[in-house]
Amino acid sequence: MEKNTKLMLGNEAVARGLFEAGCGFVSSYPGTPSTEITEFAAKYDEIYAEWAPNEKVSAEAAHGAAVAGVRAFCGMKHVGLNVAADLFFTAAYTGVNAGFVAAVADDPGMHSSQNEQDSRHYARAAKLPMLEPADSAECKSYTVAAFELSEQFDTPVLLRLTTRIAHSQSVTPLDERKNIPKPEYVKDPAKYVMMPANARGRHDIVEDRLLNLKEYSETCSLNYTEYNTARIGIISSGIAYQYAREIFGKSVSYLKLGMVWPLPDKLLLEFASKVERVIVVEELDDIIESYCRSLGIKCEGKNLLPLTGEYSQEILAERLKGRKYEFKGVNEPVPPRPPVLCPGCPHRGIFYVLRKLKLFVSGDIGCYTLGALPPLLAMDTTLCMGASVSGLHGKVKAIPQEASSSIAVIGDSTFIHSGLTGLAGIAYNRSNANILILDNSITGMTGHQHNPTTGYTLKGEETRIIELESLCRALGIDSVSVVDPYDIAQCESVIKAELAKDCPSVIIARRPCVLLKSVKKENPYKTDPAHCKGCKACMAAGCPALSFGDKKAAIDSVLCTGCGICARLCKFGAITKKDQL
Amino acid sequence: MNSKSIMIVGVGGQGTLLAGRIIGNAALAAGYDVKVSEVHGMSQRGGSVVTYVKYGESISSPVICRGEADIILAFEQMEALRWSPYLKNDGLLITSNQMINPMPVITGAAHYNENIIEKLTATGIRIETLDAAGIAQAVGNDKASNIAIIGALAGHIENDGITREILTDTITAYLPQKHLKTNLEAFEMAQCR
Repeated sequence: MEKNTKLMLGNEAVARGLFEAGCGFVSSYPGTPSTEITEFAAKYDEIYAEWAPNEKVSAEAAHGAAVAGVRAFCGMKHVGLNVAADLFFTAAYTGVNAGFVAAVADDPGMHSSQNEQDSRHYARAAKLPMLEPADSAECKSYTVAAFELSEQFDTPVLLRLTTRIAHSQSVTPLDERKNIPKPEYVKDPAKYVMMPANARGRHDIVEDRLLNLKEYSETCSLNYTEYNTARIGIISSGIAYQYAREIFGKSVSYLKLGMVWPLPDKLLLEFASKVERVIVVEELDDIIESYCRSLGIKCEGKNLLPLTGEYSQEILAERLKGRKYEFKGVNEPVPPRPPVLCPGCPHRGIFYVLRKLKLFVSGDIGCYTLGALPPLLAMDTTLCMGASVSGLHGKVKAIPQEASSSIAVIGDSTFIHSGLTGLAGIAYNRSNANILILDNSITGMTGHQHNPTTGYTLKGEETRIIELESLCRALGIDSVSVVDPYDIAQCESVIKAELAKDCPSVIIARRPCVLLKSVKKENPYKTDPAHCKGCKACMAAGCPALSFGDKKAAIDSVLCTGCGICARLCKFGAITKKDQL
Repeated sequence: MNSKSIMIVGVGGQGTLLAGRIIGNAALAAGYDVKVSEVHGMSQRGGSVVTYVKYGESISSPVICRGEADIILAFEQMEALRWSPYLKNDGLLITSNQMINPMPVITGAAHYNENIIEKLTATGIRIETLDAAGIAQAVGNDKASNIAIIGALAGHIENDGITREILTDTITAYLPQKHLKTNLEAFEMAQCR
């Protein structure tokens, strides 16, 4: 192995590519599996990096920086691109000045997402070039190539990752940072002011550019062929290519596409003409396959392989080679181990109360979505960031008599991301909706990123805190209260009181995530078998530190953080703090 | 050498990610092409987690499928059982004897499988157990059980050129100074168990 190499996550390699490409500006909103790109980018002093309130803001900021003359980047997960899409469809028209690259990480198999949409559709719809790396080394080199392409063709460039690329480590060669001369910004309203008269002219330029990009894709080194045999030819890209490589090795020929939009007509036709059987291997949708068909190429793909879920070499071996896995092991069911709210999680008490009150709960995206699982089961809907607030508004306007039995839950970061606008709509339209902001003072699920309510920037600098109470009042909500989610009696009485009022309200349940280093753990609790009646009231909290055996509850003192929720649920005083016994 | 596939399975929060990174980087230091695949995000919250480490002359897929693992390192017994179909016929299962109840068992909706080690042994699987949590406790660092499990692995990858020295160097590079001593003790203890 060469000396200057490193085992890198795909995301870290994209960040390294940003560094080497001379990128100077990074703005993103965290989202699994894209988050680490921006965290690693922030480690380079040469790159200004920030968390934006949402993906649309991040993309607009990055485009602004690029037009000003600095190479700029934003990274997001697939559903984040839905939020940011508005910018991209028109940035395709304005083009860039310095390079502008956006990474979008799809999540086939939904390891940590609410859907498994295929972002390649956006490249086609917005008429933007898209590159797709197949390992970390390519993550780095394609990021550098994307900036060059962006400037050469005056266009934003999309870099598509998938979970297995973003979160796999492979060997990546390291190079130096390039010194990129800053292009001058030249005032050019016909290019940058997209009003109808100007945009009409720019649309023609977009179509011409796409033809030029297609011409480029025919011969560029991002797409390459490997002819091993004329019997089978595999057309593939990204991680799917690695799975094909794993099972077929050199027994088939390959057309490996690094540029997945626009696609190279001549190269595809030439490859297809040289092999007897063409199989397109692509995760999620049949974008390459249907494109091949449109060129008249007779090919296979989704007739053999699934449209849903994550691929693997096992799926390919089974579907393409007829290889069957033979099971030899212990043949008994193993209970699932679903993710759970952590011991001491401040969300637990709230969901206990919401379930107890039998409320309709309009949910949102974050750790607290786990409140939907047993035994808490305290969530009715979850769709996309912010939908808890606006969805509840729709419900209570449609059926006003259900306002007093319905509530929305949304995290602090998600609220800033896209709950704000929904809340403005509630105040403006005189809605009677009640919103619970679960303020754990961090963006939790993606691994503790700061946001405008935490007081720190991505680079760790102190900054002003947006205070949720004042913000909600400014948005027109008069009834704003704050509760401690560990105090379930207080939570219950405040929620009941707010639901009874004939006006919209915001209840902020405030307590920092128990996993934060700054949070001091309390002494653990323990059960007293003499007092435990085995009623299982404590088990309703769904805490992983609690267990039940021999008709008594028990607490794992290593896992227990001393939050005391279970002690509050025990009517017999059988749960006490360790130092109290 | 054919490429080697090592799976690290456990419960979110047990330190499987770090173990995967250490083994992967040790394999890199030994001169191999390496791929390590991890799970981040929602599944990490106390869920069943798996990390794949593969090394050899040239690695394509970063994942390991059923029947492909040369070695499975299990941090928890039920996870050892869950992932055992991923082992090759002649593969080796190294498992900690720790047991952690998943939520369906906690709520009473399911039962924790009984006599897991005995049942796995009865199928003819090569199996080694260790008390990783006990070792961690003995060295005075509850979080050292992942390094103890790497200690149990050490003798089985030495022939691939991933020496104990490379492993301890990598552990030294990846752990904070203040926890290094206890972790290296756990590494040693697991080897002489």
